[in-house]
Amino acid sequence: MKILLPALSPTMETGNLVKWLVKEGDSVVSGDILAEIETDKATMELESPDDGKVEKILVKEGTENISVNTEIALLKVDGEEIEEIPEKPIEKSPPVSSNETEPLSSEVNISMNSLLNQTKENSGGKNWSEKEISMREALNQAIEEEMKLDKDVFLLGEEVAEYDGAYKVTQGLLDKFGSKRVLDTPISEHGFTGLAIGAAMAGLKPICEFMTFNFSMQAVDQIVNSAAKSLYMSGGEINVPIVFRGPNGAAARVGAQHSQCFISWFSHIPGLIVIAPSNARDAKGLLKSSIRNPNPVVFLEHELLYKEKTNVPEENDFLIPIGKGNLIKEGKDVTIIGFSMTVQRILNAHPSIEKLGISPDIIDLRSIKPLDEELIYNSVKKTNRVVIVEDGFGSTSFGSHLSYLIQSNCFDFLDSEIIKVSGKDVPMPYAENLEKLALPNTDEIVSAVKKVSYIN
Amino acid sequence: MNKKNKNNFTNDQLLKFYEKMFLIRKFEEKAAQLYGAGKIGGFCHLYIGQEAVVIGILSSINSEDTVITAYRDHGHILARGVDPKLVMAELTGRRDGISKGKGGSMHMFSKANRFYGGHGIVGAQVPLGVGIGFAHRYRNEKKISRVYLGDGAMSNGQVFEAFNLASLWELPVLFIIENNKYGMGTSIGRSAAGGELYERATVFGIKGEKVDGMNFFDVSESAIRAREYIEKNSKPYIIEMDTYRFRGHSMSDPGLYRTKDEVNKMKEIDPVLMMKETLLNDYKIQEDTIKDIESDIKKQIKDVEKFSLESPLPDLKELYTEVYL
Repeated sequence: MKILLPALSPTMETGNLVKWLVKEGDSVVSGDILAEIETDKATMELESPDDGKVEKILVKEGTENISVNTEIALLKVDGEEIEEIPEKPIEKSPPVSSNETEPLSSEVNISMNSLLNQTKENSGGKNWSEKEISMREALNQAIEEEMKLDKDVFLLGEEVAEYDGAYKVTQGLLDKFGSKRVLDTPISEHGFTGLAIGAAMAGLKPICEFMTFNFSMQAVDQIVNSAAKSLYMSGGEINVPIVFRGPNGAAARVGAQHSQCFISWFSHIPGLIVIAPSNARDAKGLLKSSIRNPNPVVFLEHELLYKEKTNVPEENDFLIPIGKGNLIKEGKDVTIIGFSMTVQRILNAHPSIEKLGISPDIIDLRSIKPLDEELIYNSVKKTNRVVIVEDGFGSTSFGSHLSYLIQSNCFDFLDSEIIKVSGKDVPMPYAENLEKLALPNTDEIVSAVKKVSYIN
Repeated sequence: MNKKNKNNFTNDQLLKFYEKMFLIRKFEEKAAQLYGAGKIGGFCHLYIGQEAVVIGILSSINSEDTVITAYRDHGHILARGVDPKLVMAELTGRRDGISKGKGGSMHMFSKANRFYGGHGIVGAQVPLGVGIGFAHRYRNEKKISRVYLGDGAMSNGQVFEAFNLASLWELPVLFIIENNKYGMGTSIGRSAAGGELYERATVFGIKGEKVDGMNFFDVSESAIRAREYIEKNSKPYIIEMDTYRFRGHSMSDPGLYRTKDEVNKMKEIDPVLMMKETLLNDYKIQEDTIKDIESDIKKQIKDVEKFSLESPLPDLKELYTEVYL
């Protein structure tokens, strides 16, 4: 029997073989622990699927980035034919097709990292000491640095402390700051969100994690009615310096109740700041700015981006200003606007767009509210054509509002209709093919670019 | 009422408490008038009948303690010592209002007086108040977060989440249920199953009691017990106040859900009148002394009214201020 590296989380594509707990020749029974596997979220135990004898270990311990479904060992099960043994152990197999919609840009011709390295805007004129890290690590660094700088900053949420974070974003913070400042809550969003907002009214600076923003719906009254409106209705007396953060949007096949983008919901509300970073560098700089901001900030992350790496400054004073978008690729023919995961979708479509002889301005909004209108309008006035890409449902969406703003402010500059590529107006389906269809894809982005450029 | 003064208040202190109760009564009567005259708009929930609750609690309050409540908040913000002129000007929606005319009757706040509102969503103030208690403990402050809620809120889910968190994390919170028997037009018997309301908190390990909320002295003693318990055990405490509102839920409530007889019967135990009688009969305070206090308040309320009507409307540019800091 072949022992394959199993997928141990919805988004796991590869894993690390931390340790073998058996050796060749050992007898095992079903349920015995064979090995420790590190996934994108946690270190998990791999159990033996049957009774038998460990025939061959095919992947050495310590091997990293082993693709899901790679054969890692052979088990001789009574009554089963011995299977053919490969000649030498596999150390790393080539990537196999993942359950993600499309490969991320690091696997196509332009990477987010190279684009960020080219855009000077990000550096603030400083020479930062940088290191290539994942968005997950970048967010963790941001929280750690800000907690060190300001003792009023504390973190609460489900599984943020002892479990190390459901998505490992808060890994190690309990050890560093203790249980007074890193608090596991009950599964009680309405209660703990209200508690966090009350603490912010009294002057603390909570970071309130939602395991996913889908669960924030349980607490949306507190976010909208208590956090967003208090400053105004108190005539400036009560401000609420809080960050609500967590993954937003569709991860991978987790179904309708765990796969919604809430950008349109929160950006509808005066009093909330809404941030949606697309990469590790921005995530760190923007989360630090958000924690220091005296207003309530809804900080929308994306699970599929957590593992994506870019160069990230290590300094405490690296901040990215809220309300500033980033022209990540400069062109001349069409303005393509995205944020969070849709920036990756645009980069995936980029090679096909270039093949058409079209050179796009690609704008990563980063901040949804406040919006960098100047950056958008300057680009549109140059290119005269616009495509907006958003993962959320298309009806009554943020993209609809953005296209309204653009036609209102750049009417005389537009040479074509504005096209919005949105998520389809259906609850997210579970089946792989249907989920893929429900989200914006390369073909739709390329078609939209062709249409605004009048190319058949 | 023949209540012994177990709190050892001096006559002067008792007169101060009476003055506050009388102020709230007269303020609210004036608010009702101004509402009728079209000078106050929107919703306006009066505190008339419940004065002994807020002033009884106040009598034990450490001035550093914080307070949060729902929408029936006029009495609470006055008890915290905010100038009645600013409160009335808020009701009339003027620029000198405590929230600059942008909050209204239900949304008034004063950090300086440690009053955190003034919240319009039933139950929402309870987790918020637990969060304020969290902040007190986080900073090792010797303060209690006093969280008021109505009987209606006691069937709202987030309230139980808040009880759980307050008890689990041992936060210095005093929950005070102002059970005035009706959540809007629905009587408590038609909305709440089971036994006493405060007992719903005891399942989370929160100690509590039920008190005659029409009687200043009973309220005051329970508040002192609560304070001692919270300070000694660093755990939350809950008091259910048996009280009654003499007016409707809001000014626009015709009150068809209860009989005139019921209201009149409750008025026989009017907390302000009972307090006055006790001061006269048991404390032998001169009637003239009390009359002087009352006439001063009546005069003050005239000034309050004048101020609230003369203050200009907010500047139009205020529409876009204070959305963000």
